[in-house]
Amino acid sequence: MNLDMNSGPLISLNGVNKYYGDYHALRDISAEIGAGEFFSLLGPSGCGKTTLLRAIAGFEEISGGTITLSGKDMAGVPPNLRPTNMVFQSYAIFPHLSVEQNVGFGLRKSGMGAANKARAIGAALDMVGLGHLGGRAAHALSGGQRQRVALARALILKPKVLLLDEPLSALDRKMREDMQVELMKLQREVGITFVLVTHDQEEALVMSDRIAVMFEGEIAQLADPEELYRRPATKRVADFIGVMNFLPAQAGERLEVAGLGPVDLEGVISPQGAVSGACSVGLRPETLSLLYDGETARSREVRGVVDEVVYYGDMTYYDVRLDGLEAPVRLSMRNTVGRDVLDVGAQARVGWDPRAMVVFPD
Amino acid sequence: MRIRPLGVFAVLYLVFLYAPIVLLPLFAFNDGTVIAFPLRGFTWGWFAELGNIPALHEATLNSLIIACSVAILATCLGMFAARAATRYNFPLKGGIMGFIMLPLVLPEVIVAISLLVVLMQLGLETSIFTIILGHTLLCMPFAIAILQGSFAGLDQSLEEAAVDLGETRAGAFRLVILPLVVPGIIASLLICFIISLDEFIIAFFLSGNEPTLPVYLWGQLRFPARLPVVMALGTILVALSIVLLIVADGFRRRGLRKMGQNDAGGFL
Ligand SMILES: Nc1ncnc2c1ncn2[C@@H]1O[C@H](COP(=O)(O)OP(=O)(O)OP(=O)(O)O)[C@@H](O)[C@H]1O
Ligand SMILES: [Mg+2]
Repeated sequence: MNLDMNSGPLISLNGVNKYYGDYHALRDISAEIGAGEFFSLLGPSGCGKTTLLRAIAGFEEISGGTITLSGKDMAGVPPNLRPTNMVFQSYAIFPHLSVEQNVGFGLRKSGMGAANKARAIGAALDMVGLGHLGGRAAHALSGGQRQRVALARALILKPKVLLLDEPLSALDRKMREDMQVELMKLQREVGITFVLVTHDQEEALVMSDRIAVMFEGEIAQLADPEELYRRPATKRVADFIGVMNFLPAQAGERLEVAGLGPVDLEGVISPQGAVSGACSVGLRPETLSLLYDGETARSREVRGVVDEVVYYGDMTYYDVRLDGLEAPVRLSMRNTVGRDVLDVGAQARVGWDPRAMVVFPD
Repeated sequence: MRIRPLGVFAVLYLVFLYAPIVLLPLFAFNDGTVIAFPLRGFTWGWFAELGNIPALHEATLNSLIIACSVAILATCLGMFAARAATRYNFPLKGGIMGFIMLPLVLPEVIVAISLLVVLMQLGLETSIFTIILGHTLLCMPFAIAILQGSFAGLDQSLEEAAVDLGETRAGAFRLVILPLVVPGIIASLLICFIISLDEFIIAFFLSGNEPTLPVYLWGQLRFPARLPVVMALGTILVALSIVLLIVADGFRRRGLRKMGQNDAGGFL
């Protein structure tokens, strides 16, 4: 992470609202994004991620609030005059132009000489690993190649901010994972602020310095990936990011967790402050473990029956029905030597730790 | 092989559709003034005769002037309408677009008579100019239909990408949208040209003393001796129309390919 906060935030969103007719698409969005930051907007379909990104780019006029870029209010500034460039979800490669012409499109108004332009285009193409494809017609490119051309085309203008709208969603899984790493490397190299829109929580966790989780036009939580994963602010965020088991519980002097028993309130994580009465306890699958013969829990253990086994090669996911609990809990185990995969119906001992519990009031 | 009822229907349909058109060149090259079988012999004579009729040349010139003007006018107007229909949302959009497309289904005679009434009320003389107006009205729906196909196939983010990369809206239109719809524009120009060139009813009502080719042809039908010449002229018109139509559809398809899309049925 290379945050340069001395000169104030690069982008600052202040109470941004957006209405489409009666529909309230963005509700009081406030956030600050630093120079050089890799920032992600994460949320389910229709939550307003694209709308916010397009508002920053200048394609959507906002109904209220302000957007400032390097301290300048962007109200009324058209997209072509903003120091932002965008990689569109469909990539928007100009089909009638060659790869080189696409990448050089933004240089038309730069007043650069032909030789300089050619050099800049070559450098931009090399940066995304497409140096050999400059002369290719744009419509004869694969999905991954189009994506790289779109990147090169936007980065050649050295914008202060690169806006990316689900740039990887059209790629297959392997390609997507490779591109995630490449994008991160690229961002570090060029030092440009990236604002990425995605509905893939894994992608956001892997790539971002900070993530804003959005639901229904609102930011539900803005935090770095680890904080987001370990201390989700609400039950909904917890459910959206990764997998989380929710167990019913009752908070009083101590926390009485169904199926697990009493726990001291001091040890658990409670993002919304002190809780009392009916609540839910969240536990990530990897904080639970199957105990094999001879193993003892580092903290506490409970008995159950294996209900479902999902084998992933490196990992196995188990659904285990705990005594006294209606819904099975999911836990994940790394498959290592000496740990056989259990069968459905097998008796299991499950180890758990109160320190991993996240409590939400109901 | 089993005879299928639908197959029989298809064959009969094609025969009825094209037999008259096949007869046209047959008699145009027939060495005889009577339009009847058996054929006499082969001749280029009737085509040669076309060169010796000044009134025909005048009508041809009129037709060309009208067809060119109509093609340009209808295509320009069609472009505005098609762009508005595909890019923007406005109140009563459906109704307005429906109204513009209406001439497609109105009986031409009705349109022609109404136009004539309006012109007379306005005190305008019928002339080439009035035919251009009438034909533009008639061609607009075709132009819009063709151009809408081109505009609708465009990803809206193409234009936004151009603006994002520093172009103004006008620049984005010129550099990105226009090149991509050029095939549609050419197709629209050609189709409107043919429609105007071949149109008879509106031209007949609005032509005054400046006849178009079809109106001139109609006038010649009174003289049986001129019938083979009419056939020759008709042959040329039909051949020209078919060639232009094929060229136009070629352009339309090329446009779709350029954008990497599949052909969803042509207007041919
Ligand atoms: N031009 C528009 N007119 C009216 N409503 C719109 C318009 N654009 C977006 N919306 C609505 O605003 C909401 C947010 O849309 P947006 O495109 O920002 O969602 P998103 O978070 O990007 O979703 P996705 O992941 O599906 O792309 C949606 O409910 C959408 O229907
Ligand atoms: Mg979106």
